[in-house]
Amino acid sequence: MRNVYLDHAATTPAHPKVVEAMLPYFTDKFGNPSNLHDIGREAKNAIDDARAKTAALIGAKPEEIFFTSSGAESNNLALKGLAQANRQKGTNIIVSQIEHFSVLHAAKTLEKSGFTVTYLPVDKQGLVDPADVARAITRDTVLVSIMHANNEIGTIEPIEEISAITREKGVLFHTDAVATTGWIPVDVKALGVDALSLSGHQFYGPKGAAALFVRKGVRIKPQIEGGIQEDGRRAGTENVPALVGLGKASEIAAADIPRRLSSVAALRDRLQKGLVERIDHLVINGHPSRRLPNHLNVSLWYVEGESMLLFLNMEGISVSSGSACTSRSLKASHVLTCIGTDAAVANGTLLMTLGMGNTAEDIDYVIEKLPPIVQRLREMSPLYEDMIKKEKAG
Amino acid sequence: MEQYSSKVMEHFAHPHNVGEIPDADGVGTVGNPVCGDVMRLYIKVDKEVITDAKFKTFGCGAAIATSSMVTDLVKGKTVGEALKISNAAVAEALGGLPKVKMHCSVLAEEALKSALDDYYKKKGVPSPVKIPESSGHEHEME
Repeated sequence: MRNVYLDHAATTPAHPKVVEAMLPYFTDKFGNPSNLHDIGREAKNAIDDARAKTAALIGAKPEEIFFTSSGAESNNLALKGLAQANRQKGTNIIVSQIEHFSVLHAAKTLEKSGFTVTYLPVDKQGLVDPADVARAITRDTVLVSIMHANNEIGTIEPIEEISAITREKGVLFHTDAVATTGWIPVDVKALGVDALSLSGHQFYGPKGAAALFVRKGVRIKPQIEGGIQEDGRRAGTENVPALVGLGKASEIAAADIPRRLSSVAALRDRLQKGLVERIDHLVINGHPSRRLPNHLNVSLWYVEGESMLLFLNMEGISVSSGSACTSRSLKASHVLTCIGTDAAVANGTLLMTLGMGNTAEDIDYVIEKLPPIVQRLREMSPLYEDMIKKEKAG
Repeated sequence: MEQYSSKVMEHFAHPHNVGEIPDADGVGTVGNPVCGDVMRLYIKVDKEVITDAKFKTFGCGAAIATSSMVTDLVKGKTVGEALKISNAAVAEALGGLPKVKMHCSVLAEEALKSALDDYYKKKGVPSPVKIPESSGHEHEME
């Protein structure tokens, strides 16, 4: 059976060259970068090199890169660290309603310690209106955090326009670029942001290696204390092999992004076209053009996402579902709710995210396998039965 | 999430009794598409014995598997016996369900009760079925 992995937004496999670069740092080059002896210095040099490569990928200076363990940690450090360190300037924070939970929950925690949070809505395609940001900023606003692209629907936010506003108003601006880094060009100067989160396993690096860019001169309060690592902003012995892997993945991505953009987007478009032609009552979620090149998020009426996911899995196809039934809260995705997707329809959502390993044959295989699964589940669905009876009744 | 048992996967992949009974003696529809599951259960009754049961379900793997199992369980039983089938019995017959999916077995029990209630009403006799006030399940907090 063919195996088709279409869940690259969940994680990507580490690139073979990434693994190769990492391996010596588990054994021969096992040193602690904080130590002054040669073994320690070797490890220190390795993470300095990784820092330079990660910085180069996003147009930052090496000293502006702070390594963390995950995108969620970077987002928590950004929200809490920037808000707490700059509290004297104000206690209002602005975020969008479709941020990742690591931003939304960090904001909720700040609310409990006296900050106020303004949650901005998005339009039906998932876009934040920069004019809404301008209107929401008050004299008390200290930080705005809007994601570069949404991890579920792939919509790319107008970060440059928003940063023009935050710069003019003298407010800090953080962007969660976990979904975009390594896939589309990310340049902190062009974006005009003060802080930016990225994560290695999203673009062929290892899990457990991520970073927060903080513009030079911006104050941030550490969230893990008790060590001199990361210039005192994040205590704890560095995960040297993983950081070496992140550096290598950044180096590969910097050279490979143009190819990733064109080849993956062509396959995504092929998948979208094939499914739209073969399945009725199908809605494409997200922005038609301002969208990540490898994302396809579709809602299929009258069928439930998890059951589609399980049948696809039996055919060797791995996807994600936005259905309530796969979440502990039994609620449909907050992102789909925010773009106005009907809650019942949202439960029939599949997120398919392509990667460099996918081929045209893979895509054609999915186009062949999904429609009969949808048809079978619709024939089993009382909602579909009701719709057909209504249509017949005219 | 916990994984599904092999019995659940078997009933999900090859569900028994899918379909409609056009001249059903009792039909019950429960659930809410917003929560991700709706079950419709049909029963055919002859001299107080359930001779056939079919279902249509919009829902996750567990919702389809519990629908399949509950229709299997009621066939050949008297309506009195069917009334005593609990959600726990459905879940147990499937080799257990993940904790977050137990509400699917509750829904299967309710769909059956709702179909039995419809049967009594169609027959014109007082229904002994107690339908819970709030059908469905409570939402957990995030």
